[in-house]
Amino acid sequence: MGFFIETLIGGLMAGMLYSLVALGFVLIYKASGVFNFAQGAMLLFAALAMARFSAWIPEWLGIDSLWLANVIAFFIAGALMYLVAWLIERLVLRPLVNQEGATLLMATLGIAYVLEGLGTSIFGTAIYKIDVGMPKEPVLILEGIFEGGLLINKEDFVAALIAAVLVALLTLFFQKTVTGRALRAVADDHQAAQSIGIPLNHIWVIVWFVAGIVALVAGVIWGSKLGVQFSLATVALRGLPVVILGGLTSIPGAIIGGLIIGVGEKLSEVYLGPMIGGGIEIWFAYQLALVFLLFRPQGLFGEKIIDRV
Amino acid sequence: MLYRENGQFKTSYAADQQIFPIAQDRWAILGILVFAFIGIPLLGDEYLMRAILIPFLILSLAALGVNILVGFCGQITLGAGAFMAVGAYAAYNFHIRIEGLPLLVSILLGGITSALVGIVFGIPSLRVRGLYLAVATLAAQFFTDWVFLRIPWFTNNASSGSVSVSNLQIMGWEIITPFDKYMFCLVWLTVFALLAKNMTRSAIGRQWMAIRDMDVAAEVIGIRPLFAKLSAFAVSSFFVGTAGALWGFIHLSSWEPAAFSVDRSFQLLFMVIIGGLGSIMGSFFGAAFIVTLPIALNQFLPAIGGLFGVTISTAGVSHAELIIFGSLIIFFLIKEPHGIARLWSTGKEKLRLWPFPH
Repeated sequence: MGFFIETLIGGLMAGMLYSLVALGFVLIYKASGVFNFAQGAMLLFAALAMARFSAWIPEWLGIDSLWLANVIAFFIAGALMYLVAWLIERLVLRPLVNQEGATLLMATLGIAYVLEGLGTSIFGTAIYKIDVGMPKEPVLILEGIFEGGLLINKEDFVAALIAAVLVALLTLFFQKTVTGRALRAVADDHQAAQSIGIPLNHIWVIVWFVAGIVALVAGVIWGSKLGVQFSLATVALRGLPVVILGGLTSIPGAIIGGLIIGVGEKLSEVYLGPMIGGGIEIWFAYQLALVFLLFRPQGLFGEKIIDRV
Repeated sequence: MLYRENGQFKTSYAADQQIFPIAQDRWAILGILVFAFIGIPLLGDEYLMRAILIPFLILSLAALGVNILVGFCGQITLGAGAFMAVGAYAAYNFHIRIEGLPLLVSILLGGITSALVGIVFGIPSLRVRGLYLAVATLAAQFFTDWVFLRIPWFTNNASSGSVSVSNLQIMGWEIITPFDKYMFCLVWLTVFALLAKNMTRSAIGRQWMAIRDMDVAAEVIGIRPLFAKLSAFAVSSFFVGTAGALWGFIHLSSWEPAAFSVDRSFQLLFMVIIGGLGSIMGSFFGAAFIVTLPIALNQFLPAIGGLFGVTISTAGVSHAELIIFGSLIIFFLIKEPHGIARLWSTGKEKLRLWPFPH
């Protein structure tokens, strides 16, 4: 039982990171109708920037404090993500407005190539560490209830906390600020939002920037856990089943879908994997999402599409 | 002046329904075919055939298959690489497990197996649409990646995980040199391109297009979505599967699952979108563009760098290639979202009115 719960918690932690990736997808899809395949590349780019600047800044400025260097690096990486969002809106989205979904999808694949190429040529291709001073040592909890207790990584807890804070901040931003309300209006109905004077182009920049920040946070968590390397870009492919499971247009869907996929993956790998050979994590998530889709074609929380001739 | 249909009167239904109703088009196609069958083998050197022409021919075939599904039936797929893999591995298993099975039959059986798998993975398309379906097809991709990597039976228990074929021959004609391979692929592609063109012009092609344009309306006028969608999946997977078998047997002759990864699927979708959705001609344009672009970049980037006195390292070249490839794709999508095929048809329109456009 203890082992089962440990696996479950491990799954929830992995799922939380998937949720963050999926959140980026959903934000952009809602606001601009683009299925953003470049989310993984954005994550890689942001994480690379963060890792490199946090190493460079102490050298350049002579700051000893790890904490200060990380904060400065975070802000520089954030500023870079704003630049990326602005450039994407200017150079890609604006000329391609009103095109078909498939064309936009391909354009984001193009963006992904450019970001991957830029990221690796500016920041290098080695494996970098992000050290934000997360506690690494595992702890045993609930020794009274389970035999031998549960082995939990403190780092995972901190990461979960950061993700929760991020989601809470986003919720506040969307509910309470003027910009957030404008974003929700655009997500609801482009034309109506435009007719009451919300500038669509500006909103797109903001929403891509917010997705960039989400990617940055996910990248920092992931990077401090496993290191930053090129394969981080394929994280987007792990986040896709989450998006379709939760529904392309639903933020709670992304979070809950992420947790379901994370748990499903870990449990299947541990309990089903030995029976049919290892490494089933990646396709199992997709099959799980597919089964859900057969019963709910718009995902768990997606908007129901009504067809009219 | 040179290109117009004035004076070319059709006196029979057969003449009216031919693939190229304009005489100049027929001559042009005939010229291209003669050049491909006779000219290139006389002129072309081995490097050109091995590195550019054979991949171009095989990937055109795969792009045709993807275009049938995406361009004609409107079902976006990101799993084309999976069906190439199924075709290649199925053909391999037929080839080595059944003694004396002719090569052609093995490849066709590979295609048929791929079509059956395509039908299975096409079933979600009956419930799921658009981008949801695109992601659902990725399931096929990752599943086949895993199957051919982890289940030893499919690779005939090869210890390294890679499989190879040798001694390919058809009725005594041994396919060894690049010239043989080129001719084999060319004949294959010609036959199947004609088949695809005719299929899209016939009743089944019109059903696919009706489903693509509006599936509810198509259903109302009596088209069965089940049949139309699954037949598109089957035909598309058959084309892609035979292309996969050719890719493995003829082009690589020794391969592992990485040859048919998700990148291959993206590459095929790029070909179809850049070439032109719903156009047979476009599949060829797209394949030519995507096959030659990386090679051209690879050749010219160091030279251009040298012009400005910069030496670019090998890693730098590969990064620059990624950036330029990505930007060119975006550029093309912005300039001509309907693909090169649209440029081609506007060009023909202009040529018809030339030199008096009013």
